[in-house]
Amino acid sequence: MEIVQLLISGAALGCIYALIALGFVLIYKATETVNFAQGEMMMLGACVGYLLMLWFKLPFIWAALVSVAGMAGFGMLLERTVIRPILGQPQFTVVMLTIGLGYITRGLVTMLPGIGTDTHVLDVPYKGEVWNLGGLVLSAEQGSIIGLTLVLCLLLYLMFKHTKLGVAMQASSQNQLAAYYMGIPVKRLNGVVWGLSAGVATIAGLLLAPITFVHVNMGFIGLKAFPAAVVGGFGSLPGAVVGGLVIGIVEAFAGFYLPEGFKDIAAYVVVLAMLVVKPNGLFGEKLRKKV
Amino acid sequence: MRFLFKTSYAQDWRLARHGGQVFWYGLLLAALLAAPWVAGPYWTSQLTFVLIYAIAGLGLMVLSGYTGLLSIGHASFLGVGAYTQAVLTSHGWPFPAALVTAAGLSAAVGVVVGLPALRVKGIYLAVATLAFGFIVEEVMARWESVTGGNSGLSVKAPDIFGFNAGGAEAFYMVVLATCLLVTLGVLNLLRSSTGRAFIAIRDSEISAQSMGIHLARYKTMSFALSAAIVGIAGALYAHKLRFISPEQFGIEQSLDLLLLVVVGGLGSVHGAFFGAIFLITMPQLIAMAKDWLPPAIGQAAGLQALVFGAVLMAVVMFEPTGLYGRWVKWRTYLELFPTYRRGMFRRQRAFQKSERVR
Repeated sequence: MEIVQLLISGAALGCIYALIALGFVLIYKATETVNFAQGEMMMLGACVGYLLMLWFKLPFIWAALVSVAGMAGFGMLLERTVIRPILGQPQFTVVMLTIGLGYITRGLVTMLPGIGTDTHVLDVPYKGEVWNLGGLVLSAEQGSIIGLTLVLCLLLYLMFKHTKLGVAMQASSQNQLAAYYMGIPVKRLNGVVWGLSAGVATIAGLLLAPITFVHVNMGFIGLKAFPAAVVGGFGSLPGAVVGGLVIGIVEAFAGFYLPEGFKDIAAYVVVLAMLVVKPNGLFGEKLRKKV
Repeated sequence: MRFLFKTSYAQDWRLARHGGQVFWYGLLLAALLAAPWVAGPYWTSQLTFVLIYAIAGLGLMVLSGYTGLLSIGHASFLGVGAYTQAVLTSHGWPFPAALVTAAGLSAAVGVVVGLPALRVKGIYLAVATLAFGFIVEEVMARWESVTGGNSGLSVKAPDIFGFNAGGAEAFYMVVLATCLLVTLGVLNLLRSSTGRAFIAIRDSEISAQSMGIHLARYKTMSFALSAAIVGIAGALYAHKLRFISPEQFGIEQSLDLLLLVVVGGLGSVHGAFFGAIFLITMPQLIAMAKDWLPPAIGQAAGLQALVFGAVLMAVVMFEPTGLYGRWVKWRTYLELFPTYRRGMFRRQRAFQKSERVR
């Protein structure tokens, strides 16, 4: 029973990692760039949701919808103004650019009235509810995380499999030039992908907020989503989800069975081991650069 | 405008290319030597920090700027150097011996990190170094019998074979001398075959490999050298602060080091120094500007992060060669005065190089 309980709490946290990792992977597949500000996008999404509820007294559902839509727009704007001009430069450049973006976001959020450097409670309707499932305790926060992640994964899967947009995205991620020749508007698609990943990050932020509160530094959890993305194989969407779950569950078990301190670095130990054993991750494909 | 006529092969190996460089660098050195007596204690202390960060920047520059390997965990080497120095000097080791050991131990750790780096690159390497940085920070916090854990460790004044360099001026001189040696070392390294191999790897791994450069060996060497230099900086940092604790060597410090090399100018030794000056003076400029700004912005805790982020983004987008690149442009403008053309340093737009080829 104890083990199942740990599995559930690990999976709930793992789903958050998975959602952030999904954001990384979406962008990486589309543009071969890595967004180091993904955690900050999540933080910003949660803050926007919180502020909408604070300032306009919106109910949670509406605040969530508006903030997801708004952040998706913000992601597209970001791609257009900041990322597109430097595409084609080495990977290093975009990494530094998004690190800078993360700094700016964190700095700006401390200047927002109503956020500052304090922690805030996001008032969700399901707060504090606990479900008892035959001896297992599942809090509503964890349940909503797991459930919504499943729904979101299903939606993404359907989109990539069955819609024109999804298929075009797949094509463009396999070979941008060929996709462009086939009449796919690659640039616009990249914008959409950034918007999509910002939206996913916002959902992650809103789901995480009831557990960890809304705070400027909640974006640092994004640093644990990197191991998740790498364990799954950077560039594989199912890999990101599985990687996130693996990291979350390992962390939960390490926190329970190993001495204090191991919980915080469990994710990093796992990723280092993974890089030594299987550098392409669980679902990554082996690619070699040809001359 | 200066025209260099090479009349002997010896001119090709000289570090200083012409008399002008000898004169200006000599003047700079004289100014640095005179600084403690001219600048007063506060600026001497700041200058010491600039030099220490410049050493650390040089270390990261060897790895990121010249070998093209991205590391987001370099503060861990700073930490290894600092803790080694702190522990060894508290056991009564003289300063130089401890410094060399700190560099050596840091290099050994660098080799360990370098091992997975041989198999992975790009973003995977970034994640590996990030992971390593977190692990080292946690080890420093938990290995309480040696490091004192989160409560930190106080560091003795440097003792150079009986001479106590604890005073601000004396320690400044020690740092200046170390910095000078490290800079000369790096300059010499870069014009040796090893340094040229690093640069070849940065520019194209595949062509470097086809030219007979053993990638694994040179990448490990780059990691080790970089870690050793950063370890030296860490040892000096420990003596300067007199108190070290694990959170000084966390992810923020790693990002600061990256910021330093990128803002200073990747791939230039000058860049490490420009970056260090930026990193040390910027917080003070911000503190000064606080009084002029409206309180909602000026008093916000994130002001420094905002400015750093904005500068970093501006540099990446508009001046990829950093402060050093800007300096070169100004200098060229003055040298060529009426004939400078705008397009002289135009950035070539590289074609999107895909890493994914099936």
